[in-house]
This record gives sequence, C-alpha cells and structure tokens, in this order.
Amino acid sequence: MKIRTFIICVLLSCSGLSYSQNVKLLSVDQLQERIKKGQDSTYVVNFWATWCAPCIKELPHFEKLSQEYKSDKLAVLLVSVDFKSKLNTAVVPFVKRKKLTNPVFLLNESNPQEYIDRIDPSWSGSIPATLFIKNDKKKFMETELTYEQLVTEYKKL
Amino acid sequence: MKKYITLMLVFTAMLAQAQSKTLKAGEAAPDFKLKNVDNKEISFESYPKAKGFIVVFTCNTCPYAKAYEQRIIDLDKKFKPEGYPVIAINPNDPEASKADTFDKMQDLAKEKKYGFPYLFDQGQVVTDQYGAKHTPHLFVVSKTAKGTVVEYTGAIDNDPEGTKTEKTKYVEEVIASLKKNQKPAVTETKEIGCTVKRKAKA
Repeated sequence: MKIRTFIICVLLSCSGLSYSQNVKLLSVDQLQERIKKGQDSTYVVNFWATWCAPCIKELPHFEKLSQEYKSDKLAVLLVSVDFKSKLNTAVVPFVKRKKLTNPVFLLNESNPQEYIDRIDPSWSGSIPATLFIKNDKKKFMETELTYEQLVTEYKKL
Repeated sequence: MKKYITLMLVFTAMLAQAQSKTLKAGEAAPDFKLKNVDNKEISFESYPKAKGFIVVFTCNTCPYAKAYEQRIIDLDKKFKPEGYPVIAINPNDPEASKADTFDKMQDLAKEKKYGFPYLFDQGQVVTDQYGAKHTPHLFVVSKTAKGTVVEYTGAIDNDPEGTKTEKTKYVEEVIASLKKNQKPAVTETKEIGCTVKRKAKA
C-alpha cells in the first residue's frame, strides 16, 4: 500500500513537472496560508473555469491589473474550479494557449458544502467570483468585473 | 458626520443585497405566471393536484446546466406522477446571453423532448424573487395550508461531473421526506454554477 502511494506520488509529481508546471493544485487551507504569510500584500483571487465564458472574458483584466500595478505589493491568483480530471486535458492547454502570466491553480477540494463557505459564506457558488484581501480587509464579489471595476475594488483596499 | 455616511452606505449595501437574497427553507415560495415554450402561461395554479414543485432555474448555455439536463428530465419523469412536477425557468437575460432567447429555448425543449414547462422570465423578475444565483439552481416547494413554501434550495446531487459511484441525491431525499410528512434533513446545499447572465449596467 505504501509503495503504491509512493508510486502515485512520483507519477503525480513527474506529470506535474513535465506537463503542468503552470497549474498547481491548491486547497483552501493552502490558499489561506499563502494569504496569511504575505502580510501587507493585496491578494486578488479570481475563481474561474475553462468552461465559463464570462470568466474567460474577464481573465485579461486580471493580467492587465498585475502588469499595471507591477510595483505594488499585489498578488493576483487565478484559481480554477474545473473538475480535477480536466487538469491536463483542459486547464493546462488553456493556460498555455492564453499565455497567462499570473499564477494559475486548480482548486483541490471535493466538497462544495464545505469549501464554498470557507472561501466566503456569501458565495452561492456561481463564477466568475473574486476575492480581494489585504490584511484584515476582505471583499468578495460574485460577479463579472470590467477592468475599471477591478481597479476600483483593488484601490479601495 | 463621516460615521453617518458610512452607516448610510452600509444600509444601502444591505438593501441591495436583500433584494436578491436566495429564498431559504420555510419561506413563502411566490407564485408566478410565466410564458412557456408552447406560448401558454404557467403558474403553480396550473397544477391543482400537485403536492409541490421542483422549480429549477436552468438555461441553454451553461455547461453545468447541460451536465444536469438529463437528470432534470429524469426528476420530472420520476416525481411528476408522485405529485412533484418539474418547472424549469430560464433566468438569463437573452440580450446578455444570445443562445438563451425564447426561440432557442423552444428549440432545446423540442429537441430534448422536455416533459415539463421551460419558462421565460421576462425582466428576470421571478429569478430575483427567488434569488436564483446560478444555473442550475433548484428549489423544492411544497403546497401547505399556508400556501406554497420553500423546502430546499441548492443542487440536484453532489456529483456535477456525473462520475461518482456513490452519490447523494439531495432532491430525491428531500421529496422522500416530504412524502413521509417529515421535514427534510438537508435544506440547503451549495454548488458551483454559471452566474445568471444580466445586461451590463449603464
């Protein structure tokens, strides 16, 4: 059993290295940990999926935001809620095709009854949705954003 | 002074949220009169013998809605004879989502031989009354002495991808409880879905 787990781990990490270097799995715990560590930084976390047309439409705004405010302490994280089975068949090819530069993750959670509330209790589960966090200040928006709206919300923090 | 302004802003924000709050179990389920794909108007009153309803906000376009389409058809087949017919409502604005026009809804209902009404929500009025946030977003409603009441809101089951061998069929469990005159154990679930499409605000 241990050997099997080991082999699976090796296989996973190899495939991670060779095919999906740009898309890592991320749990809500890991996301929260990352935000906690990066004190004084502003985190803009966008929840999207390759099948979600309005998400794809607004992704360039997030790319532009991190470019325009390069000198700020800003981290834009793109967290996909695609099915985990779609990592190598849909998410990785999409990220390559669109040449996304912000870090892209695939949400590594399986129980929406639990993780949706942990990201924000007001979230009903629709995407696109975006979380803005800076220290104690937090804002969650379950809506598609224009670039102007995105900048306004970012600057408000 | 600044405090009052902040307070006012908080209030306005609360009001704006309150308008589209999702109905919860125990709250009244408002009746509606909406145009079906066969051009007839449908409301709860169209079903005098029903014990309740499976009201599902779904659409032509969302991949999650498509993934659940057959399961919605099956729910109606299973529960209509038991007194809980499906009523599907498309919550999307056809200007914001071109493949969700009334014509395209008619095409889909015909192609997939929907045995249940598929209603067009002009102005997204009923969508906002129920606080439907995404597709598919489902409400189980029961008829009581006090009128129609929401019993459950959320997902159809816990398997949007349709690959789990052991799945929890939330809606089936809710209706099984209602038939035994019991309150459902689970009255609210959350699931990922496509946001309701709206016209861009001016």
